Parts: sequence; C-alpha cells; structure tokens
Amino acid sequence: MAKELTPQEMMRIDLSPPTRDWMDIPTVIKPGIYCYPAKPEKVEIVGMPNAHVWSPVEEDWGLPEDWKETFLEGMRERLDKHRSFKIFMDICVRCGACADKCHFFLGSGDPKNMPVVRAELIRSIYRGEFTKAGKILGRLAGGRKLTDKVLKEIWYYMFQCTECRRCSLFCPYGIDTAEVTIIGRELLNLFGLNINWIQEPVANCYETGNHLGLLPHTFKQNIEFMCMDIEEFVGITIEPPFNKKGAEILFVTPSGDVFAEPGIFTLAGYLMLFEHLGLDYTWSTYASEGGNFGFFTSLDMAQRLNAKIYAEAKRLGVKWILGGECGHMWRVIHQYMNTFNGPPEFLEEPVSPITGTKFENAKSAKMVHITEFTADLIKHNKLKLDPSRNDHLKVTYHDSCNPSRGMGMFEEPRYVLKNVCNHFYDMPESTIREQTFCCGSGAGLNAGENMELRLRGGLPRANAVKYVHERFGVNMLSCVCAIDRAVLPASMEYWVPGMNVCGVSELVANALIMEGENERTVNLRGEEIPGRGEVKEDV
Amino acid sequence: MITRIIVAFGAVVAIVVAAWMGGSVPGLQPLFGVVLPYVAFAIFLIGFIAKVVKWAKSPVPFRIPTTAGQQITLPWIKWAKIENPSTTGGVITRMFLEICCFRSLFRNMRSDLRSGWIIHHPTKWLWLLALGFHYSFLIIALRHMRLFVQPVPGFVETLDAVDGMFQIGIPPIYLTDLIILLAVSGLLIRRLCLPKMRFMSLVADYFPLFLILGIVISGLLMRFVYRVDITAVKALANGIASFHPVVPKGIGTIFFVHVALVSTLLAYFPFSKLMHMGGVFMSPTRNLANTSRMEYHENPWRKPPKFHPYEEYEDMYREYMKEAGLPLERE
Repeated sequence: MAKELTPQEMMRIDLSPPTRDWMDIPTVIKPGIYCYPAKPEKVEIVGMPNAHVWSPVEEDWGLPEDWKETFLEGMRERLDKHRSFKIFMDICVRCGACADKCHFFLGSGDPKNMPVVRAELIRSIYRGEFTKAGKILGRLAGGRKLTDKVLKEIWYYMFQCTECRRCSLFCPYGIDTAEVTIIGRELLNLFGLNINWIQEPVANCYETGNHLGLLPHTFKQNIEFMCMDIEEFVGITIEPPFNKKGAEILFVTPSGDVFAEPGIFTLAGYLMLFEHLGLDYTWSTYASEGGNFGFFTSLDMAQRLNAKIYAEAKRLGVKWILGGECGHMWRVIHQYMNTFNGPPEFLEEPVSPITGTKFENAKSAKMVHITEFTADLIKHNKLKLDPSRNDHLKVTYHDSCNPSRGMGMFEEPRYVLKNVCNHFYDMPESTIREQTFCCGSGAGLNAGENMELRLRGGLPRANAVKYVHERFGVNMLSCVCAIDRAVLPASMEYWVPGMNVCGVSELVANALIMEGENERTVNLRGEEIPGRGEVKEDV
Repeated sequence: MITRIIVAFGAVVAIVVAAWMGGSVPGLQPLFGVVLPYVAFAIFLIGFIAKVVKWAKSPVPFRIPTTAGQQITLPWIKWAKIENPSTTGGVITRMFLEICCFRSLFRNMRSDLRSGWIIHHPTKWLWLLALGFHYSFLIIALRHMRLFVQPVPGFVETLDAVDGMFQIGIPPIYLTDLIILLAVSGLLIRRLCLPKMRFMSLVADYFPLFLILGIVISGLLMRFVYRVDITAVKALANGIASFHPVVPKGIGTIFFVHVALVSTLLAYFPFSKLMHMGGVFMSPTRNLANTSRMEYHENPWRKPPKFHPYEEYEDMYREYMKEAGLPLERE
C-alpha cells in the first residue's frame, strides 16, 4: 500500500511503456489503486439496475447473463445521442500529444493511463464490434471483442481518470477523454458496476439532499457550530437563515464544506461575508449539495441530483442562485444545469444587491460563482480588507480542473487573492490556468482505499507546489474546490510536508474588517496570527 | 508491435507490386489508369459525405467547449475572446487557428521526470512536422490541377511558380516535394522510434504513412528518374476530368504505381482516421461558444428528471426539521 512507499520510492516511475502490444498486457487489479464496489442498497435507493454484492478482485463479478448485449446496446445508443462520443471514436490519429498530459500517467507510468490508450480501450470495442473492418480483420484493424477480461480492464481504467480534460486541451481535434470516461462509466452502471465512494454520495444526495447524508437538523447544526466559532474568534454573532421563503438569493455549496476541515473554514468565510454585507439569502437543507457525484455515474443521474437546485429556488421564491467554491459542481452548473433542468424562467437575471452589477454571463442559468461575486465586491470597494492579517501566509493558487477547462475562471480568484493577501505566488505556467493539473482525486476517486492512486495522480500538482514552496517559501495552497480541500492535505502531507490548504473565501474572511468585530488575534482556525497575539513574546 | 509495422509496410508493397505488374501490361492500363481512379474517387466522395452525415445525425446535447482562457465575466476582467470564445466570431477565429495553424499542437509540452522533479518544456516538433506535411500535401494536390484542367487556372500557375522558384536541378525540384518528404519521414521515424508512440500505434497509423511516403516517392521517381511522358499524363488526366477517358501509349509503368497508391488513399480515406479532416470541424469541445450560462442550449433527447421532490423530503424528515426549528410547508 501507498503509505509503505516513501515519496522517493513512489517517484521511481518509468514512463517508457513495454514493447508488448497493449492488448496482450493483462490487467491486474491492484489494491491501493481500485475503489471498493457500490453497496447494493445504495444502488437500489436511486433505482439503478443490477444492485448486487461483488468484488473487483474476485473472478465472478455477478454480471447478468446478457451484460454484453446491454453494454453494446448502451454503446450504440450513446453513439447516437452524443456527437462528441461518435466523432471521438472515429478520428483519433494517435499523434501522442496527449500521452504525457495525464497526471495519472505521469505519476504511475502505467501506459494504459495515457489518455489515448485509455480511450483506445473503448475505441477497440467500437472498432471490433461496430465497424466492418474491425469485425472482419479484428486486431489488424485495431478491433477486439468485448469479453469479461476486457470489461474488467475498462472498469479499472475508467476509475483511474478524473475527467479533468487536460488532455483535451492539447488534442489537435479536441478529443476529450472526459467524454469517453463519462460514457464508459455510464455503460458500467448499466449493470451495477459503480464504486461505492460515488454511489453512496449519490444515494445520500438523492434522499437527504447532500453527499454526506447530513440530515436537515445536522446540516443546520453544523453551520451553527461554525457560527459559534466565529463568535469566539471574531466576536460577531451570526444567525444564518435556513429554507427561508422570499429570500433574494439561494446559496448552494458542496456539503463537504459543512463537514470537515479545512473546508469548514471556507464555510465560515461565506457566513462572515454574507453577514457583513447584510445579504438577503438563505441556505437550503433540501438542496444542500452543490457538488454532483451523479455526474460521475451517468448524465441521467447528474440531471436528477441537479434538479433539486432549481426546484428549491422555485419553492423558496428566490431571485437568483449563488454557488460556493467547488470544482466539478461548476462544470455541471456552468455547462449542464441550464440544459438539464432549465431555463429557470421563474428566476431573475442575477444582479448584485450590493454593487448593482449585472452578471451578464449568467443571465440565462441565473447562477453566479462566489468568486465572481466577491471579485465584483472588491472592485467596487465594498469590502474593507486588511490583507496584512494574512501576512504570515505565502499563498499560491491551485486552479481546479473544471472551473478552468470547463468555464475559464482564472482572473477572478487571483484578483481576490491579491487583494486579501500580500504574498501571492503563482506556480509554473505549465501547471496552472488552462494547463492546470488535477489534485489527483477528482471525479469521485477521493476514497481512502485507493490512496496510492491518489498520491500518484496528485504528484504533478504537488511537484509544482513543491517548487514554489522551495523557491518562495509558499506555505498555503488555496483553491476553489471542496474536493481539493478534502484531498490536497493528504497529498501535501506526503509530497510537500508543511503545506496547508484553504479555500479562497477563508482568506477573504480573515482579511475582512467587520463592523463590531474583536481585535483579530486569531484566524478562523483559531490559530494565533503571528505578531498579533495578545501576549507579544520578546525575542 | 513489429507485426503492425510489417503488415502496414507489406500492404503498401503489395499495392506497388500489383500496380507495377498491372501497369506494364497494356491491356490492363485502362483498369489501373481509369477505372481505379474513378472508383476510388467515388468511394472517397460518397464515403466522406456519408461519414459526415452520420456524425451530424448525432446531436450535441450539451455545450462542452474546452475553455483555454479567461471566461467572459465582469466587464473589467480581460476576456480571452479567442481561447475562450463566447461569440460566433470568436468561435470562427478559434476554429481557424485550430484548423489552419494547429493551435492545440502548438501548445504541446513535454513532461519528463528528472531527479525528483517533473519538468515541462515546450516542444514544437510534432507541430512543425504536422504543419509541414499538411500544407505541402495541400499545395501539391492543388498543383496537380494543372494536369486536370485546361486552361490551367491562374492561381495554379502562380502556386507552381512560387513552389518551384528555387530552380534546383533539372527539372527543378519543388520546395513542397522536399518538405513533404522530410515531414512524412519525420512523422514515421517518430512513430517507429519513440517507445510511447510505438506502444499506441496501430496498423491504421503506419499504413497511411507508408502509403503517402509511397505516393511521394513514386511521384518523385516519375519526375526525376523514370521521366514519364508528361503530355501523355496530361491527356489521360484531362480525359478523366472531362469524362472522356483515354489511355495514351507509353506513359511509363511508374505512373500506374503512383495512381494506384493515390487511389488507395482516396478509397481508404472515409473509413480511416484520416477522417479527422472532416471531424476537426465538428468537434464539440472546439466549435461551441462558451455561452453556457448566458444562453439556453437545448438537448433534443432531454427527459424530465425523476428526483426526490421537496414534499417527500419534508415527509421523510418532518420531525427532525420541526425540532430543529426549520420552516415547514405542512405542520
């Protein structure tokens, strides 16, 4: 297992593939790399097929007798439904531009993690089962038949892709492995082959409203606990509104931030910002999840989970929706939500009640990113900020994959960061913005049992963090993604000890000068701010 | 993996041998010089269109551009209008750069592991080879118009003059002939020698390279070594273009090899990866504007979602909600 490998050992990676034909290299499903299978009861809750107990390391996966027909029929259906999938099956020239762009390939050296080969796993089925040349010539035409060994290989590698789309940036035809993975996972879900780390959040989100399965009262309590901390550290009493009808804005953020460190400090940041502004907003316990693990299951499931946000906005009668910091959540919100469940004609075009700014780029979907919202506030001098409170931090910023390559939010967070802290350093150009590297644990792969995979996938990102850590003394890795906040601490602890992780809104709230606040001697984590402690030590 | 290379090379050699043997029998020349090109061109045309229509029949359910620059957002933030386009003009420019300048390949980076660091550095080789190959292929194809059309169009004359302006050798060698030879060889060597490339390459990757190399070499041989009768070639090409085919005597066998290889390329085209020529125009990650939150994008097969409605949620957790003081629709 990963923990037993030292970083030096883990870094002994051979990027030269073997000389054998990839179709002849047997796939061995290894502990530390794969995730545990979906529990049947979690599959049943959302009415997905073939809920059953199985294990990836056993011979028999408990597949229905007609699994092959189901897979191929599903594939045919999806070729007809998605031009992307159809074209991407046909036009890859295997130029190799994508090969060394994948964090999993760079971190593991497993040649089937080269994006081109990952897609070839499915493309070879397409050729072997759907094209005449492939049916007749077989391997000569790059085709192969769908067997249970092939299926297992597809399963293994579809859950070693975080749908980060870095490869699609470099592909001369824009072939997007995420499309292939999304559809590959959909096909596996036709007979219950999800992983539990995705399936359980999906079932939870469906029923309780959030991935973590926080019941309405727990959700409320957790936020109120955070308010108690704020009261203690900042001296401001906050009573956040829940399920409030007639509020102007519905606020939705990933539930991870309501649950664990360091995300919970980002949540504190939201609470303080909204309190400071006197924003007329509400939380919802029903639509209490911004993230969407349905997106890692099937597009249908993504739509079903996403539907709650607009439905709740309608029920509460809000004018528009504000979304918290999260990566894949924003891919779904930005590129899918309006199509899934919109257009929301019952909402109004978003306008900031503080600055009057119209968010023209969100005028149809009616949902604004918190960082867009905050950047606008700062630009209009609506926040009194003391960035020196963050002076003990040297901050860098990790662009999350989805807001980068599925949206293009690069300047907003940097503008905010440069206003709330005095020491900001970007990582090398080839590892940020549109070229950013995944945290290594996206797309539902942030489980515990696949830690080796996560650490390997996280290596390219961590390596760039290490660079600014050694060069500039950077000690805080900021991001706008709840999964990043959940997984980067482990990756940093392993690769770059001493590096902390935070959300952008946490740094905003640390710098925010609120009316009636205490003299701030501690930050939102309750840690003393160097040089501001009540007892100044003599040195 | 060597098998794949041998099979692809063998297939091209087989075509050359068959054409050489067939082309040297006068009775078979109409088959190789006329019937084959006609059939190949028909397959190319119909196959190409059929493939594009087949793609077009699948809808684009979601707006999924890969955004490669700053989004359109607050008015004071500089927006990357081309790398992350939100207007039709921006998309057209992005597509132009992609198709005509190979923008994405130009971005290429090489990542290596060196003593504890992952080093990323720009690499332009693939871009250069690809650009050199595609443009010289295009110009050579256009130059060949002089054989098919009488009188020769002005732009073809100009192209010919510019391409041949170096006047090296007799007859002068064209610049594009040199470039394509170098570029195709480069692409082939890359595929043969780099372990990653060899690992991912299929017969379908080697075959077009050997085929095109065969076309280039046979073309050069015709011009410099075997010196085919250009008047006779023109007569044949003109005949084909005007649908009055004739096969003049004494063209030279190498000509039939060249024609057979080109015909193979045309007929093979619609069923191969070479269709990236059509596909690049239709790739949803490139040809869509990033207006996802600005405009509604319709999915033609959208179904209303089955989700857990609020009423059921409240029924399920009413007691908890009541106790926590959360507002309820029904007490």
